[in-house]
Amino acid sequence: MTALRTSRSGRTGQYLALLCYLVFLAFPFLWLISTAFKPARELGSLHPTWIPEDPTLDNFRQAFDEQPLLRAAGNSLVAALAAAVVAVVIATPMAYVMARNRSKLSAAATGWVVVSQAFPFVLVIIPLFLILKNLHLINSLFGLIMVYVVWSLPFALWMLVGYVRAVPRELEEAAAVDGAGRARTLLSVTAPLLAPGIVATALFAFITAWNEFFFALVMLKTPEKQTLPVVLTHFLGAEGVADLGPLAAAAFLATIPSLAIFAIIQKRITGGMLAGAVKS
Amino acid sequence: MTLANAAPRSERQSGRRSPGQPRPGKQLDHGAWFLVLPALIPILVLSVGPLLYGISLAFTDSQAGRTEPTEWIGTLNFQDLVHDTLFWDSFRIGLLWAVGVTVPQFALALGLALLLNQNLRLRWLARALAIIPWAMPEVVVGIMWRLVYNPDAGILNETIRDLGLGDGRDWLSGLATALPAVIVVGIWAGMPQTTVALLAGLQNTPYELHEAAALDGAGAWRRFRTVTWPALRPVALAVTALNFIWNFNSFALVYVLTNGGPGGRTRLPMLFAYEEAFRYGQFGYAAAMGCVMVAVISVMLALHLAGRLKGGDER
Repeated sequence: MTALRTSRSGRTGQYLALLCYLVFLAFPFLWLISTAFKPARELGSLHPTWIPEDPTLDNFRQAFDEQPLLRAAGNSLVAALAAAVVAVVIATPMAYVMARNRSKLSAAATGWVVVSQAFPFVLVIIPLFLILKNLHLINSLFGLIMVYVVWSLPFALWMLVGYVRAVPRELEEAAAVDGAGRARTLLSVTAPLLAPGIVATALFAFITAWNEFFFALVMLKTPEKQTLPVVLTHFLGAEGVADLGPLAAAAFLATIPSLAIFAIIQKRITGGMLAGAVKS
Repeated sequence: MTLANAAPRSERQSGRRSPGQPRPGKQLDHGAWFLVLPALIPILVLSVGPLLYGISLAFTDSQAGRTEPTEWIGTLNFQDLVHDTLFWDSFRIGLLWAVGVTVPQFALALGLALLLNQNLRLRWLARALAIIPWAMPEVVVGIMWRLVYNPDAGILNETIRDLGLGDGRDWLSGLATALPAVIVVGIWAGMPQTTVALLAGLQNTPYELHEAAALDGAGAWRRFRTVTWPALRPVALAVTALNFIWNFNSFALVYVLTNGGPGGRTRLPMLFAYEEAFRYGQFGYAAAMGCVMVAVISVMLALHLAGRLKGGDER
């Protein structure tokens, strides 16, 4: 350690730089919170302050009055939950095969995972829109869930393959030697070790669906069906003239679930992502 | 404790003798097919299929609300596209935006990753704060920055006024300031992911190499150039390539911030294609745009990667 000891002035410089980063990362979010709690009078003032002088919850009340936020949150919840569960249930077995077998299929699937990241969504959404329209699945949460499942699959596979590879193969071989069948081995040896990774992947798929905007904007036409991000844009109004207080309040509320979940799983996500990235 | 400390653990477990590494030459047996099909069918039906269908649409006159059957029109859409100056304007803006976000973001994220790789006291705070841009819906990020940029009630102009630097301006509506303003938001929004990826790359460099270099009298910059950077290069290359593609294809952030305005100055290709398809109903034409976007980006990236990888061999 001694060889790399940084000089005192170097240390000060480092802390100064870190401070700049912290301010840059934090200030827009703090401003959002500040705006959300300001009464209309303060928002009209030409000299806004960081701390609301007269904090109020009016903006939150007004936000719920102006837009169907609760229903939108409900729609988001249903879509994100269903997409996350289905994606993980179908991705886990495939990820297992991809991690344990080297076959043409695994190679093709890995290629698809990479390539699918590069396509502009418009090239996929137009045909999907036409197909789902023929099936009468436009403006339906069910149709959106189908899109979300496929959309979150590449990343789910990517993470899960990393998690499977972290499970030592020897454990499975030992179980096989002990006379356990394949299904038995998978369920009683592999699955428990994989469980935390599966949960992390599901939560990540949940957040991406909860946050998703483009597909929801294209596919959901009526306010009763729309998800939270789409409904939030209604606060912006025509020509960008927005009611700042309720806008900030609603935006702040929409963030809380993802921030909470992300705070819990952040370590695992980065781990899974990197495991996948390093191994492929 | 660092942003990415979960990664090396799994790495260590399987790294030594790679028990998780696929064994060569194995064909899928029936059991494996049974495991693969639940994911494979939706992928083929809802992803690969539509993609091929989308490419084929680019050669048709497919339109919303068209009563007569869709016809093949060959490369007519592409011929029109070549002369569509609005599209090429948006393409140019998309490239400016993608480079404008990716490059500074990489520089900033590298700086932050190097800092977080040090034994500094406020690391936990940086890690906690980094969650915010990462986990937020893009729509909320856009809304949040509109509040920051707001000409009257925004904190940016108020700070400018406080510092006596003038009255500030309407950043998102100014012809000259709109694109830089949205680029700053793009940089902010993608910082955490880039930082985490680079930090993981940094932690893969053996500490002993740093020590050895330091004992040989190499300064911080020398150490960075001779030890850190060579080890980081593959990660850096992958990160910039992916970020570039993602940024070029991005939509929600700019849709919320400016919706392509003022006067099309921030109209990214995806916003243009979206309007063409879902406002004007020109499905075939918009699909052709998508094809051109993919083609150009693929070629550029292939050249970029080929050049960089070759450069790496000469090292």
